[in-house]
Amino acid sequence: MGSPSDRKYSKEHEWVKLDGDTARVGITDYAQDQLGDIVYVDLPEAGASLTQFEKMGEIESVKAVSDLFAPVGGDVIATNHAVVEKPELVNSDPFGEGWLLEVRVGDASEMEKLLSAEEYDAFTESEQRDEALGP
Amino acid sequence: MSGTPTATLRKTSLYDLHERQGARIVPFAGWAMPVQYRGIVEEHRAVRERAGVFDVSHMGRLFVVGADAGRFLRKALTFDVTSLPEGRGHYTLLCNEDGGISDDPYVYRLDEQRFLVVGNAVNADRDRDRIEAQLAPGMDVELLDRQEQTVMLAVQGPTASGHLARIIGPEVAALEKRACTELPFMQYKLFVARTGYTGEDGFELVTSPEAGRALWRQLLADGVEPCGLGARDTLRLEAALPLWGHDIDESTNPYEAGLGWVVSLDDGAQFVGRDALMRIKERGVTRKLTCLLAQGRGVIREGYGVLHERELVGSVSSGTYSPTLGVSIAMAYVPAELAVEGTELAVDVRGKRLRVRVVKRPFVKGSQPAIERAAS
Repeated sequence: MGSPSDRKYSKEHEWVKLDGDTARVGITDYAQDQLGDIVYVDLPEAGASLTQFEKMGEIESVKAVSDLFAPVGGDVIATNHAVVEKPELVNSDPFGEGWLLEVRVGDASEMEKLLSAEEYDAFTESEQRDEALGP
Repeated sequence: MSGTPTATLRKTSLYDLHERQGARIVPFAGWAMPVQYRGIVEEHRAVRERAGVFDVSHMGRLFVVGADAGRFLRKALTFDVTSLPEGRGHYTLLCNEDGGISDDPYVYRLDEQRFLVVGNAVNADRDRDRIEAQLAPGMDVELLDRQEQTVMLAVQGPTASGHLARIIGPEVAALEKRACTELPFMQYKLFVARTGYTGEDGFELVTSPEAGRALWRQLLADGVEPCGLGARDTLRLEAALPLWGHDIDESTNPYEAGLGWVVSLDDGAQFVGRDALMRIKERGVTRKLTCLLAQGRGVIREGYGVLHERELVGSVSSGTYSPTLGVSIAMAYVPAELAVEGTELAVDVRGKRLRVRVVKRPFVKGSQPAIERAAS
């Protein structure tokens, strides 16, 4: 089953679903699986200004902490407080209820720098091959 | 970060069962081990609320047998094993000549002439060599390294005894804490002890690979949760149990780690490190291994600096997220005068100060008392 085709993806495993000039942002199923049980999510608040591909926050699991990178630039309109309260939502529904931010996109052409679902799935497959412990 | 190819890692006799169960496998002490199955938090909660089973076959298992087995082991270990009654186990340390901690094995006395020493996986070979070094000519002792020929499972949690009583027999449930015995299981024999590393009631079992595989399958069929090394770590840290190589090692002595209670000095018997340990005990310690409870968000991890006001006073030896408490917990050596319940400190979490408070061990009291000894 491939990643949802109604959105675009970054190589840092974030997704962006554009609706007019508003984008919803989250992390992918591949990312939540790699992280394991997520226990804290550190997100920018409404009003914060994001630059594409720069660090915007942190997501922490029992075993590791990972930086979050803005997949698109713009102003944060909303933070999903449900995941701040219940970080496990990101594990259970990363493409739905586990969304992280809503952003007013500054420059829609930045979307072209992101991957399609097919390109992202090919990218994660090759990452998994490199990470594999061998036969 | 790619791992060691599994071809060069050792595998326990249950490896294929873990794979089939969907375990995520990681390298640990030269072994390919399951770190999680359904998830660390789920597995942790299963052990706190019901029962979980861990494959701990990577740990050292050294049988020491013979008429002189007790007197011989007394020379290697800090705890006076000659005082152990038959059918009982005790936590102990293997120290070096300077009183530093080389390992923290568990020792069981099966009967008058048979002991079992279970050590950390990373130290299994070295423990055997260090114990063997105490052999003197004329001693009636044999050392039998049985790690290859046996498997070891830990079944832990408030319902563990019910599951094992159903599968093995009611004698398991009748075992007292830290007691051990040998029981028949199908056409096999297994060693079972009422001990563990989670702070819950539980059992550790040593048996042949065939019996171990059958036992694993029956435990899962009976509703016991398969658990990996990830949950093993969060459970033991909630119970404030030290992990060798992190909270204790050859640069730490038993007294500063709060483990003076397993150093037997009163019987006057000579053992490796005795003289150094007497001097350390006499002189007192300047730092103590302390439990720190986070007062805010974020996970404290090994190596982070511990601050008192603006001053760096220590570094974290173990840290994780506590699923039971919903905050981070950690252990660190801090100056003895700060190692007092209620002291407010901070931890540098990647540039941000996270407030922590010194608390008494354990962080979480399980279904078995974590502290079952006189004050140290």
